[in-house]
This record gives sequence, C-alpha cells and structure tokens, in this order.
Amino acid sequence: MPTQDETLPVAEVARTSWRPAAWLLLLLPVAILAGMVALFLTKGERLIGRPPIPPDALLKIEFERLVFRPGEVIATVRNTGPDEVTIAQVAVNDALWQFVVSPTATLGRMQRAIVTIPYLWETGDPVEVKLITSNGLAFKHKVDIAAETPRPSLGMLGIFALLGIYVGVIPVYLGFLWFPFLRRVRERWFHFFLSLTAGLLIFLGVDALKEALEAAGKIPGAFKGVGIILIGVSVGLLGLMAVGERTMGRRQSGAPGSERLALAYLIAAGIGLHNLGEGLAIGAAYALGNVALGTFLIVGFTIHNTTEGFGVVAPVARDRVALGHLLAMGLLAGGPTVVGTWIGGFTYSALWSILFLALGAGAIFQVVYELLKLMNRDARERAGSVANFVGLVLGLGIMYLTGLLVQL
Amino acid sequence: MSGVSRRQFLRWGLPAGLGLAGAAASASAPGKETAPSLPPGMVHPNPTHYMGGRPVPTERQAPDALDPMQILTAFDFGKVTRLPNGQIQREYTLIAFDREIEVAKGVKFPAWTLNGSVPGPTIRCTEGDRLIIHFRNEAAHPHTIHLHGIHPANADGVFEVVPPGGTYDYDLMAEPFGLFLYHCHVMPLKKHIHKGLYGAFIVDPKTPRPPAKELLMVMNGFDTDLDGENEFYTVNGIANYFAEHPISLQVGEPVRIYLVNTTEFDLINSFHLHGNMFKLFRTGTSLTNFEITDTVMLCQGERCILEFSYKYPGKFMFHAHQSEFAELGWMGMFDVQARPQKA
Repeated sequence: MPTQDETLPVAEVARTSWRPAAWLLLLLPVAILAGMVALFLTKGERLIGRPPIPPDALLKIEFERLVFRPGEVIATVRNTGPDEVTIAQVAVNDALWQFVVSPTATLGRMQRAIVTIPYLWETGDPVEVKLITSNGLAFKHKVDIAAETPRPSLGMLGIFALLGIYVGVIPVYLGFLWFPFLRRVRERWFHFFLSLTAGLLIFLGVDALKEALEAAGKIPGAFKGVGIILIGVSVGLLGLMAVGERTMGRRQSGAPGSERLALAYLIAAGIGLHNLGEGLAIGAAYALGNVALGTFLIVGFTIHNTTEGFGVVAPVARDRVALGHLLAMGLLAGGPTVVGTWIGGFTYSALWSILFLALGAGAIFQVVYELLKLMNRDARERAGSVANFVGLVLGLGIMYLTGLLVQL
Repeated sequence: MSGVSRRQFLRWGLPAGLGLAGAAASASAPGKETAPSLPPGMVHPNPTHYMGGRPVPTERQAPDALDPMQILTAFDFGKVTRLPNGQIQREYTLIAFDREIEVAKGVKFPAWTLNGSVPGPTIRCTEGDRLIIHFRNEAAHPHTIHLHGIHPANADGVFEVVPPGGTYDYDLMAEPFGLFLYHCHVMPLKKHIHKGLYGAFIVDPKTPRPPAKELLMVMNGFDTDLDGENEFYTVNGIANYFAEHPISLQVGEPVRIYLVNTTEFDLINSFHLHGNMFKLFRTGTSLTNFEITDTVMLCQGERCILEFSYKYPGKFMFHAHQSEFAELGWMGMFDVQARPQKA
C-alpha cells in the first residue's frame, strides 16, 4: 500500500514522462521516414497514381567496358535503369549473334553482367555491340578501332611501371634539379618563382578537374560522376587543410623553414594524388585501346610533368633540405603515377580515376592557398606585385604550352 | 589462323541463326524429330471444293506464341455457302486487338494484331466468289481492312474508319485472280502497318493451279525500340524461325510459295533460293511465268508466286539477299529429303 510520501506531484510525473531521451529525438525523423518509405512502397500507386510512362519504357543498360580477345568480344554492362532488365538478343555490327551472359541474362537494378560474344573481329575495324532487351529496347556501344585488350601479366606490369616512371617519377626528380638554381636566385626573385609555382599548380588543378569531368561524362549516369567530383574536391581540399593545420599550424611559432618544408610536402602530396588519377587515366586509356601511347605522348607527359617537380621544391629553395627529404617528396609526388597505371591498366574503373583526379584537384587548390598565404606572410612587398603577377601568368603559360604536347 | 582450329572458326563465324539451325539440323538425326512435320492436307489441289476453313481464333483465344509454321500452311477459306444463283459466298471474321507477341527468341513486341497473329490470317478464295469480311475492332485505336484488288469503294477500307468497339462488313467480289494483301489504312500508315495489321489475300484462278505443296511467306520487319528502323526481319513473324525449324520437302516435289512483302521502313525486301531456280509469277495475275530466276526483289506491298522443285536432297537456305536482313533474322532452310525408293 503506497504511502502519501511515495507519490510524486502530478505535474512532476507528466514532465518526466514527456521528456524523451536524446536518442529518441534523433531517431524520430528516421522512424517517420521509414514509415513513409514503407507506405509508398506498398501503396505508392494509390497515393501518386499510375506513372504516366510505363517503367519498362525507361529500362537502361550502360556499357562499362568492351574487351577484345582473339575471336571474342566481351562486354561489361550494367543495368542503370529503374527496373530489372533481361538481355534477349545481341547483334554485332548489325547481325544477330550468339552470346553468353553471366551470371544471368536478367539483371536487377545496378547489377552488372558480362556478355561474351564469339566474334572474329578485325583489328582496326569499328565494332558495334547492340543488346536487345526482352521488351525490344536496344542499347549500343561502338569502339571505333578494335584492338586486342592487354591481359594482366608480369610483362604488362613492367610496361606499366616503366610508363609510370617515365611520365611521373622521372619528371618530378628532373624538376628537382632546379633546386640548386633556385637556391642561388636573389631574394626578390624567389617570390617570382613561388608565383610561377602557383600558376603551374592552378593550371594543374583546373586540368585535373577537367579530366575528372570528362571521365564523369563517360560513366553510367546513375553513378553521378559530378557528385563524386564534388566529394573528391571537398575531401582533397579540406583533408589537406586539416593536415596543413596539424603540421604547418603547429610549427608556425617555431622555425619558418620547417613550415616551408611542410608546405613542400603538402604540394608533393597534392601532386601525388593528381598523378594517381592521371596514372589511372593513362593505364585505362592504354588498356581500353583508346590511345596509342607513342613516344611523342610520353615525351609530352615528361615535359609537362617536369614542372611539377619545380613546384614542389620552390617553397623550400631558401632552406637547407636533406637529400632524404627530396627523395621522399619526389616519391610522394611521382610514385603514385606507377600505382595508378597499374590499377587503371588492369582493373579499369573510371570511377576511381574520377575520384582521384578530383581529390588531386582539391588538394592542389588547397596547396595554392597555402602557398599564397606563405608568400603574403613573409613578403616585404605585397603578394599582388607585378613580378608575382608575371610569375603566375608565366606558370599558367608554361603549363598551357607543355600541355599541348599531351593529348590523351 | 594460328591457334584457332577450323572447327572453332566455323563455330565462331556463324551467326546465331545459322548456328542454331545447324544445331537443329544435327539434332534431327534418325529417331529424334525436332522440326515439326507439315500437317496433312497442306497440298491444296482444288481449293474451289474446299468447304472447311480454319477455325478463327476469337478474342484472347490466340495461342501464346505465334507459330510461323502454322501461318506457313494455314489458309482461311472462310465460311462457305452457295448462293441461289450458284455463286460461292465466303465469310471471314477479322478481329483487331492488341497483344504482345514474341518476334525473336526472348524479345516481346507490343503488336496490333488481326486474330492475334502477325501476319493476320491468310484470306483465300476463288475468282468470282462473293466475299464478306466481318471486321470487329477490339483494339485501342481506330482501324480498317484495306484489300488490294478490284472492288467497290465502300469495300476499300479507307474512308470507313472503324473506331474501337466498332464493326464493319466488307462485301466484294473476288477479282482478278492473283496474290494480294490486306492491311490497315488508317493514318499514320507506317505505324498501323509496322505494328502488325496486315495479311495475305489469295484469289485462286477458276481453273486451279497445278497441285503443289503450298507455302505462305510474309516478309516483314519489327522495330522493337520504335526508332524507325527494324531490329528484326522475319518470315511469318519470328526471326530465324525457319532457320531453326527447317521446312521439310522431298526431291522432285512441286512447291509453290506465295510471297508477300509487308516490310516497313526499308524500301525493299528480297527472296533468294539456294541450289535451285524458280518460276516467277509476278503478283500471280498470270499463269505464264515472268522469268526463271533464283532471286526476286519486292517493293513494300509487292507480291509474287514462286514455283520450283528440288533436284538434290540436302539442306538448302532461303533468305533475303540483303545480307543485313538475312543476319537480322530473315533466314530459313529447306530440308529436302530423298524420294523414298520404290520397292
């Protein structure tokens, strides 16, 4: 039997029972959302009426890759439409052809399938593969110049590694050879070269962004390539900013030399990310047969990327830098190219290429910001001087001109 | 060709239809029948006295899958009555309704059909017969039945558009003899025809043509993705059907093909016979052959009758001589058997 003392005042009871825990407040919108989703999934047609376009008219199959093997064409395709889709017939160059689909001819949403077509294609000829769905829709993909797709092998690994070293690693170290020259230039020229570096980097960042956008146009729309770019650029930018805060910010009170060294490392990291994306693109382009990597193209890349090495060492030109640091920075900036060509060449995925190009772009823009901050801080004259302006424009110009040599 | 054997080469090199036809052919070894044999009574010596008639599939009773082999030999002679003046009267029923049909293995096409099939039933009669075609439109769009041949304007199926749910009776005298076609004549014509509203119309001469194994072939195309180009070309409605189900013939057996071109989008279609020559009767309006050839080209809506018999046994192809059409489904095969030896 409860006594008078044990009963709480009425108001008090009400207040405690109506104060939900914080986690409940967090989950409440989620729960309502889940309920709405369930309602739409079960009674959607009654709530919003029949869709004006039958869903099976919106079926979509997108090609991710076309591989050419002797006597065989292998298409990797993905169902990027709103409903499941069945591949019923395959035509190659306007002729119905035998084919095998694995794992199944009926693909669920976003499901991928491999269509193997025994076909004696002719090297150098155009090949068009057309998939016809069970409801009669046709999806085509054309390769203008058929050529055998390189297979993963130790030899290919070596070729890709060499490729990466030629276009990524060697140019960066070559650029480092300007270091002794930069050490000797007079103080007032130093900022000119820093501006030039900023120009080089800005061009590189915009170029990476352009390449990412181009690649984004080629992947299935459902993957939202531009969204990936946004994520990549943001993460690259803010990620490097966070790293910069931890390294440069902490040392700000200490030796300015180490701050500049940290900036050089940041530039190397940004360029490394960019080069990873570039390596992916080069490897993939080579593997897809979209590019004949002639000596001219390799020479072009080498010249173009030499500017990257210059960009890395410019901020530390007035400091004593241990050889170990230089080697490490070179590897950080150039090494990813090799890794990129491997990944791109063997497991072609435009998605990764886009992501890393975007990360690189973001990182590079952040580095440019840090560079300008540095210049502003220890500049006797203001960063916006004529010399700096000329340096920046010259940097952009050099990149533009050497970029003419590179056309993937 | 190093590394690829001749056998592999052949296997890879053959398009789907050929490959499958080969498979079907090799499967038809003794004791294992694959290709459906031709139904008895397909030889049609004297159509005038034929009093039967194919039961007309009524609404929704049409078979699930089209049977090009059945269309090949099914002639609708109508419901026959003899009028007081001695004239033969034939009544036919055509019902337009929309349904999905399979036009190639695994590929469905939302067709506009007559009695559930594409092509529609083959209307057959003799010169001088009175024809009454009862048309009922159970489809979603207005349609008509426009016949080729000589007839009054109100039986021409152009101005009397039959709305959904409506009916119309076409009343005419069959003349002249020959091979004709019928199709819907509602605008847009291209749409109404390519969706499947057509069929063959045969008027036999009063003195019948010599007895022969008679086959009806309607050459058509299907634009399944509706982009104004055909994805598939067929005879009697299914791509590569007669490549996978060869038509059995016998050496020396007289064969007559009623060939109709209802292809849309492409200006012409053609028929090429392997290992043989045929007598060509253009439009079938003369009993004297036009020429002896192995390939004939027909414009949209054009028809002809071919007569031939095989000298040698074996498998012989017939197909469009436009390689593109042949490789997109217009491919067939005759399986010519040696004549049984007389004891």
